[in-house]
Amino acid sequence: MVEAKSIESLLRESPFFQSFQDDHISLLAKCSEVVHFNQNELLLTEGESADCFYLILNGSVAIESHFPGREALVVSKVATHGIVGFSWLFPPYRNQFDARAVTSVLAVKLSGSCLLPVIESNHELGYHLLRGFSAIMLQRMQAARRQMLDIFGQSKKTI
Amino acid sequence: MEPIPFRILSVKQELHDCFTLTLACDQIPFHFVPGQFNMLYVFGHGEVPISISGNPNQPELLVHTIRNVGSVTAALQQLKKGDFVGVRGPFGNQWPLSEAKGKEIVILAGGLGLAPLRPTIYRILEYRDHYKKITLLYGARNPDAVLFSDELGQWAHQIEVELTVDSAGAEWLGHVGVVTDMLQQQMGSSTNTIAFVCGPEIMMRFSAYALMDRGLSADQIYISMERNMKCAVGICGRCQFGPYFICQDGPIFSFDKVEQLLKIREV
Repeated sequence: MVEAKSIESLLRESPFFQSFQDDHISLLAKCSEVVHFNQNELLLTEGESADCFYLILNGSVAIESHFPGREALVVSKVATHGIVGFSWLFPPYRNQFDARAVTSVLAVKLSGSCLLPVIESNHELGYHLLRGFSAIMLQRMQAARRQMLDIFGQSKKTI
Repeated sequence: MEPIPFRILSVKQELHDCFTLTLACDQIPFHFVPGQFNMLYVFGHGEVPISISGNPNQPELLVHTIRNVGSVTAALQQLKKGDFVGVRGPFGNQWPLSEAKGKEIVILAGGLGLAPLRPTIYRILEYRDHYKKITLLYGARNPDAVLFSDELGQWAHQIEVELTVDSAGAEWLGHVGVVTDMLQQQMGSSTNTIAFVCGPEIMMRFSAYALMDRGLSADQIYISMERNMKCAVGICGRCQFGPYFICQDGPIFSFDKVEQLLKIREV
């Protein structure tokens, strides 16, 4: 376990939390711990209760879904400085995908059950957190829509 | 301008629907600049515009990478070593490598769009010290649809190479997502950067917008346009794109020249 002050600096160094005020970082750090995952370990499991999100300090995480009789399908990958886990914020608080460590992963785990009461009483922190998550969700939704277009499928490119 | 017969020296199947023809014509060198294209004529079938994908420093070989998308390209795929193809060209302008000297270059390629960019990459590698950081961001449909995969590994020794696919299985260790996602991780200063983009038009539009979001102006971004071409010499008008003929004024355009035209449907 890394002491709270170290976690504060880890949070400040990440692009996601860079604009957060010091007192907000302190509140977030109190709900955080540094965790490590070996390759192929699951950070989040589809269908299970969603109670946390991760700031990836080092490594790569696959967001994927599995099917009986065939290999898992990777929807996207999240690299260093990325955020993994949105479902802790919204009912029914259930993970929709697996999040699997593609490499060895070092991350800050932020507890949802710790943070939700904090942001219920501290709306300013809640606003900044939701604003940050909204930006990432927008980016990933747009990326997913472009992936759905399958633009590399049957191009009419002749040049 | 009549087609000159070129003999096929080799046929390489790159992907299930994509192949590379290496051609030569009686030891006569075929000089071209990166970005240009030829009209390839399959006798008895027709003529199609195809970008040159070979090395401009090896003018004794003419290389084209082609996707089978229609009757003429299907006929091209049926040809064997020793067969002949009619060649008219080279046509069109070039990627602005002279303007890129002393700058960082970001190359965004999507799908088969890597083929028209390959001569540029060869030229950059030959004069590597003329440029600062070079980054190639390449997006493909899935791991089986990655073009020139052996060369991507070789290029990675001299330039930054990042590969992403739209979908993959769990065994794929690379990135999964759209090519513009990687810009956030790879791009440095925007003021001394020039970008070359080639791929499906929708991918080029999104890429150009993402590059502008990162601080590049539209005149720092170059894209390779495509439209149906027939004469390739600016007479027939088949490839007219607003005030431009793609075959003569392009196919390479700075984004500021075509941004508004790209917003008009059916142009």
